[in-house]
Amino acid sequence: MLGLGILSGLLIVPLCGAAFILTLGEETEAAKRNARWAALITTLATFLLSLVAWGRYDATTANFQLVETHAWLSEATRFKLGVDGFSMPLILLTTFLMPFCIGASWLSVNVRVKEYFVAFLVLETTMIGVFCALDLVLFYLFFEAGLIPMFLIIGIWGGKRRIYASFKFFLYTLLGSVLMLLAIMAMYWHAGTTDIPTLLHTRFPVELQTWLWLAFFASFAVKMPMWPVHTWLPDAHVEAPTAGSVILAGILLKMGGYGFIRISLPMFPDASHAFAPMVFALSVIAIIFTSLIALMQSDIKKLIAYSSVAHMGFVTLGLFTMNEQGIQGALFLMISHGIVSGALFLCVGVVYDRMHTREIAAYGGLVKRMPLYAAAMMVFTMANVGLPGTSGFVGEFLAMMGAFRANPTVAFFSVFGIILSAGYALWLYARVIYGKLEKPNLQGILDLDLREKIIIAPLVALTIYYGVHPAPVLDTFAPSTDALMQSMRTALSNTQTAAATLPPASR
Amino acid sequence: MNAAQIVLPALGPALPELILSVGVLVLILYGAFRGERSAEGVNVGALILLVVALFAVMSQSGAKVTTLNGSFIVDNFSKVMKALILLGSAATILLSRDYFQRERIDRFEFPILLILCTIGMMVMASANDLIALYLGLELQSLAAYVIAAFHRDNLKSTEAGLKYFVLGALSSGMLLYGASLVYGFTGTVSFPGIVAALDGTAGFGIVLGIVFVAAGVAFKLAAVPFHMWTPDVYEGSPTPVTAFFASAPKMAAMAMTVRLFIGAFPDVTAIWQQIIVFVAIASMALGSFAAIGQRSLKRLMAYSSIGNVGYALVGLAAGSQEGISGVVVYMIIYLAMTLGAFAVLLSLRRGGRMFESVDDLAGLSRTHPVMAFCLAAMMFSLAGIPPLAGFFAKYYVFLAAIKSGLVALAIIGVVTSVVGAFYYLRLVKVMYFDEPVAAYEPMPPGARIVLALASLVVVLLGIVPGPIVGAAGAAAKSLF
Repeated sequence: MLGLGILSGLLIVPLCGAAFILTLGEETEAAKRNARWAALITTLATFLLSLVAWGRYDATTANFQLVETHAWLSEATRFKLGVDGFSMPLILLTTFLMPFCIGASWLSVNVRVKEYFVAFLVLETTMIGVFCALDLVLFYLFFEAGLIPMFLIIGIWGGKRRIYASFKFFLYTLLGSVLMLLAIMAMYWHAGTTDIPTLLHTRFPVELQTWLWLAFFASFAVKMPMWPVHTWLPDAHVEAPTAGSVILAGILLKMGGYGFIRISLPMFPDASHAFAPMVFALSVIAIIFTSLIALMQSDIKKLIAYSSVAHMGFVTLGLFTMNEQGIQGALFLMISHGIVSGALFLCVGVVYDRMHTREIAAYGGLVKRMPLYAAAMMVFTMANVGLPGTSGFVGEFLAMMGAFRANPTVAFFSVFGIILSAGYALWLYARVIYGKLEKPNLQGILDLDLREKIIIAPLVALTIYYGVHPAPVLDTFAPSTDALMQSMRTALSNTQTAAATLPPASR
Repeated sequence: MNAAQIVLPALGPALPELILSVGVLVLILYGAFRGERSAEGVNVGALILLVVALFAVMSQSGAKVTTLNGSFIVDNFSKVMKALILLGSAATILLSRDYFQRERIDRFEFPILLILCTIGMMVMASANDLIALYLGLELQSLAAYVIAAFHRDNLKSTEAGLKYFVLGALSSGMLLYGASLVYGFTGTVSFPGIVAALDGTAGFGIVLGIVFVAAGVAFKLAAVPFHMWTPDVYEGSPTPVTAFFASAPKMAAMAMTVRLFIGAFPDVTAIWQQIIVFVAIASMALGSFAAIGQRSLKRLMAYSSIGNVGYALVGLAAGSQEGISGVVVYMIIYLAMTLGAFAVLLSLRRGGRMFESVDDLAGLSRTHPVMAFCLAAMMFSLAGIPPLAGFFAKYYVFLAAIKSGLVALAIIGVVTSVVGAFYYLRLVKVMYFDEPVAAYEPMPPGARIVLALASLVVVLLGIVPGPIVGAAGAAAKSLF
């Protein structure tokens, strides 16, 4: 049909769902219910479709697969989609998390329900688009387009300071991204195309690489977010509705990491090599500094937000070690953090829906009334800390291992991050779940209901499953990581200056 | 071919202008005989005339033809720009009907002046020498001064007309002075003649001439530092007239500017490039920063138009074919965004009163969801957020700037666009995040049509950019 492939299908299905919801009439109870079900069915259909794509995907090669191109701006800038080992897992993560977001918003969103689900479905299209775009302009288009629905989600359904948070989120990210747009244009005039597979094999002069790398870094660092440009994240997280936080932490933060691995590292290897110490420094500061800040938070969401910044520090650290362990670890951490932090925000949403506060001090002793909740929260907290046996451990361990190979000093300092993360996460858990159930308004709090159980159970299972058996994810990344290492090694050894400092080819 | 063309071979290329000129005379007679009751008929007649002229423009082959001793040129560039001018004027008529009726200033002179203005603009787009350029410009300006003051019992409107006239006359004088200098130092007024006479070098006299001419066109474009009239005139004029000023005359002024610099001074780019770069930076910056504090929607749109001219000039500053192509894409998209925004602005009526302040949009998404959605699309587009059309507009001009090595200009441009995004977002915030006051009356039918078409362009351009980008590319090619 129209020569559209399965990836276009992934982009179109959520939009169709959004269009359908728009046709629903006035805001009556029936229309609200229909909107919820339509959104849920759409996201489930998208997830199933992405599983079909996964079925057709051959995880043994690093080539781009399921590629499709359509005429667009010009011959040099086409509407090109495709996936490889880096993008396929992230697409699956996106489509997997979306139904949970819809489920989490089932009852908590009760005003302008139609618009809410339309915004979410449009957001899903843009997120999938970022991960499967094989053209830089198209990548930029989806990268930026996601700002519009997220801006509305924070601004309309957010908390008290939602307007400040939405503007800060939008303008911060936009300012970072516009420089990337100029870099894309410079690449276009240098290479004559914005086709990503072609650009992956284009050698840019070292001087130009430096500028291009910095421009892309401005964008990805804000999106990531790296210290010191992370300040939009806590605000956005705190004000966003639960599902917004889940998407923000689970998917939007991964776009920065994906950008690094898709564009910065392979296209500008020399510049990446040269700037790696700076990235290490920023990452270590992020890990230690934001962990310390997290310790001081009195708001649960803010605490998790700062812990996200710290975890993203591990991701950038791993990516720029430029060895197999580091990169594989960083990629795994992205997936794992997507599940775990998303789940943590869902858990916060559960108690927020009941008590309408996120103050840590307002809770305590929940285990007495909510044993199931306490157990689920325990799993996610442990995964956040990086306890062996949970998915959090695998990524952090590999990233640290890579860091140790690249630079033991950096690895030494980043270990403090893990210690501190245990500190803030366990302390949070202790203050919320343990202790005496003294607060009078907590006496009647109910444990998870069926809807919440259905939402949380798969996430618990996945967190533990990937903790003991990470191979499926790692094996998907592996061919692309190998190909990336190969091309970077060739590129770096071609550059004379890099030749001297290059570590010997790995085992 | 047929007999008419053999008798008047030289006027064939000017057919659209002739249709309008003859038609407007008929309309004047009709109006004069029927008096005040003729407004309805003249409006319909004017709309038909514009549509017929649009068909006449579109049926031109696009091949380069000059006539009237080389002073009038028709090519793909003039074709596209004239189509935009005609669309802008036609949209104005659609938008103005309801407003003028309700304000009780529904006179038949308005469509007539509008068409006279349109003829002037079309001549500007086709001018191939300095005389024709000035001729078109003055016809356009004089008609524009009058319609600015069209609400003649309203103090602000008459003030706007007067201000526009005084400053416009001054700028025309500057342009004329510059033109006379250019003529004095080259001995010719025709653009190809000037190119030949300059032969790639320019003495001090020519530089001075170019500076004065640039000042003149900057005024017509409402580019900084000759923008001061814009906010006052935009605010004072009746709103449909403001919509008109923000749309069609911008197209004409940009067509004239491009034709002048690319047609007459293509080999001395270095001289005028720095002027354009300065004007572009100043316009983008002022348009972004000055709009932040505005509470009036009309003044906000005035600053927005100043900023947008700055972005379009980035393409001209590049001086290349890609740059001009970018300018044309920018103007097409700008036309759609501006008309769409004004269509909403003209629909904010409740209890016989128009509302014109930013706060009056509060909660529009609750009371008028479709209208709010369309205006939000316009605002995100004006802010340059993909996948809306405004992104592609900025994309093409900055693409050209980067190719021509104007990296600093491009960086300043994108940074000011982020600043500009702030006030466009504020409108979205007011519409979507704030609580509604009360519903407005239903949209007038004319505004509905304009808003629907504009929204289609703004939303769908990202998916099918082919036709517009192709037309712009062909237009730019015909200038090089």
